[in-house]
Amino acid sequence: MSSPESSGGLLLSRPRRFARLILVGAAIVFTLLLSGSSADQKRISIYSTAANYSLPVTERDGRDYVGLVEILDPVGPVSAKTDGQHWKLHYKNVDGEFTAGRTGAKIRGKDFDLSANFLLENRRGLVPLTSLSTLMPRFLGGPVTFHENGRRLFVGSVATQFSAELTKTTPPRLVMNFSSPVNPTISTEPGKLHMVFVREPLVPPGSQTLNFGDKTISSAIYQENNGAAEVMVTGSASLMASFSNDRRTITITAAPPTAQNQTQMPTPPIAPANVAPIPVIPSIPTTPASARRFFAVVDASHGGDERGAALTDKLAEKDVTLAIARYLRQELESRGISVLMLRDSDTYLGLDQRAALANNVHPTIFISVHASSQGSGVRLYTALIPSGDENRGSFLAWDTAQSSFLTASQGALGSVASELQKKLVPVRTLVAPLRPLNNITAAALAVEVAPPGSDTIKLRLPDYQQFIASAVANGVAALRDRLGIQR
Amino acid sequence: MIPRHLIIGMSAMLIVVLLMGIYVWRMRARVVELHPSSADTRAVAPPVTGRTEQVTLLVAYEDSGILRPQSARIPLPAGRQQRAEELLRALVDIYLGESAPHRLARGAEVRNVYLVNPGLAVIDTDSAFADGHRSGILEEELTVASLVETLSANIPGITRVKILVDGKERETLAGHADLSGFYDVSAVGKMAEQMQSASQ
Repeated sequence: MSSPESSGGLLLSRPRRFARLILVGAAIVFTLLLSGSSADQKRISIYSTAANYSLPVTERDGRDYVGLVEILDPVGPVSAKTDGQHWKLHYKNVDGEFTAGRTGAKIRGKDFDLSANFLLENRRGLVPLTSLSTLMPRFLGGPVTFHENGRRLFVGSVATQFSAELTKTTPPRLVMNFSSPVNPTISTEPGKLHMVFVREPLVPPGSQTLNFGDKTISSAIYQENNGAAEVMVTGSASLMASFSNDRRTITITAAPPTAQNQTQMPTPPIAPANVAPIPVIPSIPTTPASARRFFAVVDASHGGDERGAALTDKLAEKDVTLAIARYLRQELESRGISVLMLRDSDTYLGLDQRAALANNVHPTIFISVHASSQGSGVRLYTALIPSGDENRGSFLAWDTAQSSFLTASQGALGSVASELQKKLVPVRTLVAPLRPLNNITAAALAVEVAPPGSDTIKLRLPDYQQFIASAVANGVAALRDRLGIQR
Repeated sequence: MIPRHLIIGMSAMLIVVLLMGIYVWRMRARVVELHPSSADTRAVAPPVTGRTEQVTLLVAYEDSGILRPQSARIPLPAGRQQRAEELLRALVDIYLGESAPHRLARGAEVRNVYLVNPGLAVIDTDSAFADGHRSGILEEELTVASLVETLSANIPGITRVKILVDGKERETLAGHADLSGFYDVSAVGKMAEQMQSASQ
């Protein structure tokens, strides 16, 4: 084997793994910079037990190519060497030899034919995409499935399966269960909800088109495109999605009609660009004013790894907030108020995600539930608006979006405080620098529940949690009655 | 043949070395016993000396959930920025006391205060300040209000305050109080007033 110096080629050996990584990274970044961030950039996604990743596809002579080192690098140790028109690749204990401008190659000492010429560009070996399904098993030695149309390569048994079942409740719910956690980008337009899975090795269910025989949610279509799996759910109403079961379940329902007059609704603020992905973006409902309904979003604060306050050695705030939020939903629904809970399991949701979720369903009221071992009774908070951009016209600045709704928030706070006092619960009303309250484009308040006395453990008592939830629900119902919005 | 006096001298020196070794070994063990492994997390900033001045610190009281003004005489340097730092360090010292009305974690420290014209104060705290802070809306709100109100009460011209942790922006102090934005001093003043009037 000739040395890199003698051959004038590039030897990428294990001791130089770091340098190779930098080179590969630089090549990818350079390719991305050249191609820009256009959504039209062709990509291939590779799913393996080692990593799920996406690579740019290079088009030459009407054919799609991809760098072989880039594909193999995240899966295992790989090195490559250029010697004139010859390109040698070493992956684990497998050797491959390619020649620029030729289809013939040698892998594991045996002849192999590519579907198109091998290309050598700046010492990068490019192979045609159409050869991947036969080429990759030679190197990897295991099963490889390549979805050529969607440009998705599955190395080994990594697929995420899913099922979709429509429950004919009122309103109907489409429950999609996934075999592993998912985090799709979701967007909606009237009557459609579109989920894009880029990092998840999602594979189609039995049929790519699922018909549910229901007007509200009629069908779901699975398709693959440009390295991503997409699921389009269609129906007659505006649809929204919520996550549960540690992001293994997505429930799609019809978005409740909004209580606010849409013609006067300011444009919802756009979440900061670093929030990705925003899970649910339902469309703006177009319900006539005569049919406006009171709709509440209940947000159980914290969740997942974000435990909130340690109320006792074993009791985390996230668990108490979820329990109280569930009681609050039950109490509100029993008073005829539609409720969307942002989390219904021990799941992490970012503050921007919570605000984006809430703003896009245009609730009448947003209630954030907190718990504390400090003091007793209940503390109610409205937002302390940070110093920042002013809202201009119909566009709201993200950090100060709540400023136009503070009067409504204070009205809601007064109503809830009054009902709590009727039940002799000690109440304190405050403002607080508490996100996401300042990002919410509706009446928004935080309810911080402290124990009835000095014994913090009473915070976990179901009777106490339901008692507080019932009083808060009375306050919300009183607000609805005062606003004269129909049930 | 080695002279006898040399043997005696060498033996005496070996005995002295041995005894010194035993003594040092015992002293070392004693020092370890006296100072267990816990690190001293007190601030290492040099003490400010010089003329003392009367200042007003807005001290948080968790039991009643309010801020109370507390007069203190502390040495203050001439520079506006250094004065701001010493003010907040004096405030944090109160919260590090055993019987503090609102406690911060050991090692909590205001590293720097930067005054940026026009009217912006940037408070840089250390990670112990935020990581060890008790989580809760009121607890965190009291800390923020106390810092901002103490600064504005003693350093005129501050209209906005930004709080950093280890020189970096952080989303919340301990899960609740927002640290991602700038605090408007007048709004925090109103918040503090409301705390006084709404105390349980």
